[in-house]
Amino acid sequence: MPRERFRAGARAAVPFALAGGLLSASFGVIAVQAGLPDLAAIVMSFVVFAGSAQFAAVAIIGAGGSLGAAIVAAALMNSRFLAMGIALAPSLPGGVLRRAAQGQTVVDASWAMAMRPDGTFDRHFLFGATAPQYLAWVLGTVIGVLGRGVIGNADRFGLDAVFPAFFLALLMTEARHPHSRGVAIGGAAISLALTPFTPAGVPILAASVAALWGLRSRPPA
Amino acid sequence: MSTAWALVTGCAVVTFAIKAAGPIALGGRALPAWFASIVALMPSALLAALVATHSLANGDRLEVGPVTAGVLVSALVMRRTGSIAWCVISAAVTTAVIRAL
Repeated sequence: MPRERFRAGARAAVPFALAGGLLSASFGVIAVQAGLPDLAAIVMSFVVFAGSAQFAAVAIIGAGGSLGAAIVAAALMNSRFLAMGIALAPSLPGGVLRRAAQGQTVVDASWAMAMRPDGTFDRHFLFGATAPQYLAWVLGTVIGVLGRGVIGNADRFGLDAVFPAFFLALLMTEARHPHSRGVAIGGAAISLALTPFTPAGVPILAASVAALWGLRSRPPA
Repeated sequence: MSTAWALVTGCAVVTFAIKAAGPIALGGRALPAWFASIVALMPSALLAALVATHSLANGDRLEVGPVTAGVLVSALVMRRTGSIAWCVISAAVTTAVIRAL
């Protein structure tokens, strides 16, 4: 039942929505400190809805970097969504526009949780999981922008550790495949090896190569 | 248009395009077995890379710091409690306390 799956996704995503809300509050503070007008910071979360890309873009503008460099950095941070979109594609029905629209609901936590053991996706679960995360992301940004005087330096509260802890929790919850652990170590190693030499975002996309290990364990055709 | 609004528009357009690309190019096709076996392992690879680059690097420098400690503690908390909320809170508190020392 699509509606039940949507609700199940929404329920499963509540902890991730809360963590994302904390993160987006710190984004709101940092974006305004980097020189974005209040409204632009809030609209950015509303229309971009991609944490790591937003942080990367705003950091570059805040450090006096060019507009082009900031947008390229955002694109690179988001490049992992290319891989996720390709994985999701066979599970999306409908015409080109409808598939493109459905693809917008991909965020890391929803995508990982909506995957079935056979590599297909429960798309209604995906949509449901993204809904509370989107609401919390926008709301958190509003709180960060308006409450920046109270929050001050978000790093003081360790909010920059929320992002990796969030993905670690997801990794520990979702890694059910027998080869998950080895692939996770491989992905981490690839990304760290590339970090000193490539722009931010590229090491993460490159880490998806570790998933090729799956070819060794493929079931007989 | 000011730089801020150009940034918001530019980021929105590239994010839309990147998220739409896969579903537009490959949507609605059947899933070959080899494809599925790679896809099933992609979350582990991508999530581990996100964790590693955000806890062991600062920009393009590899670095062990307060966030590394926070994430290590959160891994132990996650293993013991299974709670995403406690995992995230313990990471933030540990990192904040180490910075305050």
